[in-house]
Amino acid sequence: MCIVADMSSGHVLLGILAAGPAHGYDLKREHDARLPGAKPLAYGQVYATLARLQRDGLVEVATTENDGGPERTVYDISPAGEESLLEWLATPEPPGPYAAEELVRKTVTALRLHRDARPFLGAQRALHLDRMRGLVAEQRAAVDVDARIALDHTIFHLDADLRWLEAAAARVNEEGTLLR
Amino acid sequence: MMEPLLRAHALHLAFGRTEALRGASAEVAPGEVLALTGPSGSGKSTLLLCMAGVLRPQAGSVTYEGRRLDDLSEDDRTRLRRREFGLVLQFGQLVPELSAVQNVMVPLLLERHDRQAARTSALGWLDRLGAADVADAQPGEMSGGEAQRVAMARALVTGPGLVFADEPTGALDTVSGEQVMEVLLSTVRETGASVVLVTHDNRVAAYADREVVLRDGVAEGRPAVLP
Repeated sequence: MCIVADMSSGHVLLGILAAGPAHGYDLKREHDARLPGAKPLAYGQVYATLARLQRDGLVEVATTENDGGPERTVYDISPAGEESLLEWLATPEPPGPYAAEELVRKTVTALRLHRDARPFLGAQRALHLDRMRGLVAEQRAAVDVDARIALDHTIFHLDADLRWLEAAAARVNEEGTLLR
Repeated sequence: MMEPLLRAHALHLAFGRTEALRGASAEVAPGEVLALTGPSGSGKSTLLLCMAGVLRPQAGSVTYEGRRLDDLSEDDRTRLRRREFGLVLQFGQLVPELSAVQNVMVPLLLERHDRQAARTSALGWLDRLGAADVADAQPGEMSGGEAQRVAMARALVTGPGLVFADEPTGALDTVSGEQVMEVLLSTVRETGASVVLVTHDNRVAAYADREVVLRDGVAEGRPAVLP
């Protein structure tokens, strides 16, 4: 497995550590709780990120705990880490390029083969809407505003896919049957 | 198989040469929230109005609790609609000259309820829907979200078994729309009413238990009838 410790998860971890020292397991749990609907952080990724943050002087080892079990390292944010965190929080992000997703690949390939893509588009809509139903239910149950906001982001992206699915079906419909 | 509360079967309806419905079917179960979705002009609002007994299909049948709506006289249909159905439209459609509480009282007064009892009941519903603050305001003085809550109070005041909502959040921003849906759903979950809603908003469709997609006047893809 390729573990790419991207810097934004690093900054989310710094943000968690800014509230108080924590070990890897707590960091993973808090990261996933703060960003519901996003891909959970793998343990390997947490430790790879922490190693990199430590190498760059952004986190320090606060202490090592040993409650009879395996030794656990507790990390803390360093002054340089705090500075990096504040800078990250204040810097706007360039809009990212969107990769052609599997949905688009399948639809385009089907149409190039003169196959009707609408059954696929309809089935995909049902699946996307099921996922959205789950997220909306999760959002209705969420108490904290940050959880609701994080879920909004996932829901709106899903909504963008849903609107694309509708537009694609409408265009295929309008075209008569299939792309030539 | 679950027995539907309302069943619309193979409805046809043309306006002049435009065929709005071409054999559309849909069913809603007791306590279910059903979303009718589809592109503009797909017939979803027409289907909703036929299900609500507002429009009469030229062919096909609408059955509510075993009674065929098209067999009823105009008067009986109106009476059934008033007593059993609640209707919410996109812009609330409140009477502009009346205050919120007076608007909510209208369906009860049409049913010849006592004026004071109607007022008490209307105020109770406004309170339940979080619109007590605007009870004495006229529609022109309310925000879109407030007006929609009042419209929902008016739709729910008679204790309907089925609420029809056509784009209930269409004129609202995301958060106001979410609040209106939240209030509608928590209320019907308590009263046990079913909801049929037309929407082009996927978020709103995701509040529903089930979706029927319309295209060109027919329900497409997944089964429009109950499993």
